[in-house]
Amino acid sequence: MSELDLGAATGLHRRTVRGSLSPARLWRHTGVRRLVILAGLAAIWQVAALWQNNPLLFPTFTDTALAFIEAARSEGMLWSALASVFVLLKGYAIAIVLALVLVSGAVAIPFVRDVLQTLTAMFNPLPAIALLPLAMMWLGLGEKALLLVLVHSVLWPFALAALSGFEQVPETQRLVGRNYGLRGPSYVVRILLPAALPSILSGLKIGWAFAWRTLIAAELVFGVSSSQGGLGWFIYRSRNELLTDRVFAGLACVILIGLVVEMVIFRFIERRTVLRWGLQR
Amino acid sequence: MSVSASPAPTFAPAAAAATVPPALEARRLTLDYTTDAGTVRAVDSVDLTVAEGERLVLLGPSGCGKSTILKALAGFIPATSGSILVRGKPVTGPGPDRLVVFQEFDQLLPWKTVRDNVAFPLRVARKVSRAEANARAEAALARVGLTRALDAFPHALSGGMKQRAAIARALAADPDVLLMDEPFAALDALTRRQLQEDLLALAEELKFTLVFVTHAIDEAVLIGTSLHLLSPHPGRTLATRDTAHFGLADVGSPAFESLTREVHGLLFDKAAHV
Repeated sequence: MSELDLGAATGLHRRTVRGSLSPARLWRHTGVRRLVILAGLAAIWQVAALWQNNPLLFPTFTDTALAFIEAARSEGMLWSALASVFVLLKGYAIAIVLALVLVSGAVAIPFVRDVLQTLTAMFNPLPAIALLPLAMMWLGLGEKALLLVLVHSVLWPFALAALSGFEQVPETQRLVGRNYGLRGPSYVVRILLPAALPSILSGLKIGWAFAWRTLIAAELVFGVSSSQGGLGWFIYRSRNELLTDRVFAGLACVILIGLVVEMVIFRFIERRTVLRWGLQR
Repeated sequence: MSVSASPAPTFAPAAAAATVPPALEARRLTLDYTTDAGTVRAVDSVDLTVAEGERLVLLGPSGCGKSTILKALAGFIPATSGSILVRGKPVTGPGPDRLVVFQEFDQLLPWKTVRDNVAFPLRVARKVSRAEANARAEAALARVGLTRALDAFPHALSGGMKQRAAIARALAADPDVLLMDEPFAALDALTRRQLQEDLLALAEELKFTLVFVTHAIDEAVLIGTSLHLLSPHPGRTLATRDTAHFGLADVGSPAFESLTREVHGLLFDKAAHV
């Protein structure tokens, strides 16, 4: 091993050194910085609301926080949220499976690729919520209609990201896989999927955000899905009763769930995979 | 290594049937590639024979089809005509009996540690148990001096270390033939020198069969036991030379220098005519 290589090898061990809890080190932690940003936003909100002094239109941060706790305790807001998340996960999963089937076909067969690219170009710009009236006519007021718009909102952007991920797998890594005699499904699972993971993950994140906003919007439009109203319905109902602090609490709940999924779940997956592998910075 | 002048029959002649077939053989290998403008001949009727333990170097200017030949030997591209035989058996596609070390640094799979990268072909192609694959991977990595980087991911390695790991990966799986496509071309001069020396030491020790593609004349004379010179557009055999007697100690010796000059003359004169 040459001197040059040894220098790089010692660098491997440097990153395992752990620091103490000094403020400077804490500040380097992304989570700490985000908490500071959130606290700052809450403070600005509080000051602005106190200065406005119109609780009916613009409740303070503390009022909203209290309404949040109250709604979670007695108004079943968390159940509404759970109902929303459950429907969302169903639609999300269906869309991901459909997209992976389409993309696998597109990778293997050039004509399917043309079909998929045409479809994504057509449907990607079409807001999912615009399909809702049609979905309600076809499938009635219920979960099926919600699922249709959800699938539409996730399928196209995710398929687009996954397809470009597969197409960007470096030629050398493809050849390495073929060199070992890998073909068919084992080639896809062992080489293409991990190599395309950065794009697939970002597609999953985009799909999640689209699905979440589509679902809340759909619930606002026609409210109750099946027996249990979702979070959008909770917001709509609170507005009808002029409980503005509760509307804010509902919105905060939407944001919080989005934040948790993005910063805890997706961040965790990324740190375990693409960040660790140096595929993404 | 020998270049057969007579039209070779598809099957080994009866006289040779009793002897062991060569590790790798290409007969009248012709390779085309298709572009938008039409079909272009990259390699025209090249014969190669690599005996067990031999190191054949394909040398030529860019456009002589040396990398294309290597890709065909690996089974990545089909031959337009002619045949490729590994230990007497025709090549129909890629396989782990002919492992390739590429020039590109991204040939290590970024989602696997260095150890797992080396163990991977053992697991998928040789169906070796995890414990044995890991043990063999660690042994191979120790040979190339990478014991300290076992648990590192490839992105943390220098270019030289990546190429060492790729060589270890190919060695660990114990293929019939090792194929190397300009593995040191993207390295700095110091690291390249070091890796050439280390590869040569490994070859002397393990006696593996190697086909090595390069465009550097001194590297070709040093690494190979025989030299196969190619002329460009399309790739044709220009000359062959036996270089088995050159070792590390001969670099810069009069004989080494005179062969290097002769090869340079052959390649340069040919290029001037084209």
